[in-house]
Amino acid sequence: METYFTKEHEWVRMKDGVAAVGISDFAAHQLGDVTFVELPPLGKSVKQFEQFAAIESVKAASDIYAPLSGKIIKINDLLEESPEIVNESPEDAAWIAWLEPSNLDELKNLMTQAQYEEFRGGME
Amino acid sequence: MDQVKRTPLFQEHEALQALIAPFGGWEMPIQYPTGIIAEHRWCREQAALFDICHMGEFLYEGDLDAGGMEGLFTFSVKSIPVGRSRYGFLLNKEGGVIDDLIAFRLAEERVMVVVNAATIANDFATIGSRLTGAAAFTDISAATAKLDLQGPLARAVLVRFFGDALGSIPYFTFTECTLLGAPAIVSRTGYTGELGYELFLPTEKVRELWALLLTDDRVRPAGLGSRDLLRLEVGYSLYGSDIDAVTTPLEAGLSSFVNFSKEFIGKEALLRQKEEGLKQVKVAFKVASRRAPRHHYDICFEGEQVGTVTSGAFSPMLGCGIGLGIVTPEMAAIGSPITIRHERVTMEATVCDLPFYREGSLRK
Repeated sequence: METYFTKEHEWVRMKDGVAAVGISDFAAHQLGDVTFVELPPLGKSVKQFEQFAAIESVKAASDIYAPLSGKIIKINDLLEESPEIVNESPEDAAWIAWLEPSNLDELKNLMTQAQYEEFRGGME
Repeated sequence: MDQVKRTPLFQEHEALQALIAPFGGWEMPIQYPTGIIAEHRWCREQAALFDICHMGEFLYEGDLDAGGMEGLFTFSVKSIPVGRSRYGFLLNKEGGVIDDLIAFRLAEERVMVVVNAATIANDFATIGSRLTGAAAFTDISAATAKLDLQGPLARAVLVRFFGDALGSIPYFTFTECTLLGAPAIVSRTGYTGELGYELFLPTEKVRELWALLLTDDRVRPAGLGSRDLLRLEVGYSLYGSDIDAVTTPLEAGLSSFVNFSKEFIGKEALLRQKEEGLKQVKVAFKVASRRAPRHHYDICFEGEQVGTVTSGAFSPMLGCGIGLGIVTPEMAAIGSPITIRHERVTMEATVCDLPFYREGSLRK
């Protein structure tokens, strides 16, 4: 299963026609200790690259943007009580939400893992 | 703007893979790889070591009255017993805070003044202009290093390396002694709310002391990120955020550090402010969620802005957002419901008293 990334460091991974989204390992590391995750409302429809969640760390507050357009069908409640999961497992256990994508053509606006690593390399 | 400065421990911080960022004109360690929350917890439970070499130290030598020392600050230096220290302010004529500082009474006619890093040059010039010339006044910042060892196990660590005598120093008391063969000052003060010490010693000795203290498993380095959380949890003000040249100690809720029975510059302005009543006052507040208020966020009540957040953070000890702010006086009652706003973010909060965190080992 391919993982795609945005320039704002969100990731999205497709499985059985739905998409898990979260923030990248790089982003989690940059944020430092995560202290709060604002989850999107269940059932909300979002547009690609629209702000749909927020993450706060000791150092900063960051908006999180939807990697794809679609409807929020599941949210990760665990992050409300244990936001530190974002630091422990950003690209796996700390998925923020599942989206039902409305337009998979939008994947072409995202980066593959290899492209993202190159993009990220240019930031250091 | 002057070039950004580095402390004598810069290489040590790099070797420890610290995240380094500018603070008050200095490149300082913000955190080490374990992270701010782990460092904060280590200080609350064990002993954390902070590089505080960026802060300034001045030495005053001479008669306290004739030289002008007694009139400088909001507290009486003459009333500090030799071997003790006191916290207070250097004010401008309008009563605004030029700096918050601690004076150490080294001897009858010798006083060390410890000031914030970003304010060293201005403080030194201001104080110099207010002294009479009958006393010697020297900026000893470059020659003086400072490490803070803070946490419930700090005393046991110091005693292990330097003997029992250092174990009995009371709060806001210090001792002049020899550490690693060099003259040093060990002061029972700090900025964390925990039992702890500020260690002053010659700059050329600080790398040795840093390395020695870190050989103890109970000691871990901590950066300025955790230091800011630690101080906020116990409600200490940060110069430049909670207090500044346009905020008076009365507005900042710090009138207990102002002695109105003595003379000092700014006293008339404070007396006038007392008589006319304060237009803004400090509040502490807790947020109803884990969300963190931050510097400059609006404080609102029933949709109207009533103040501004001066410091804010997520408190690991309380598990919620906490903050300090300046509000109109009618909003300052404990229990007042307020709303913190910034762009699309809104958080409900309640005015509370200080400190936020009460279990610290400070006076143990």
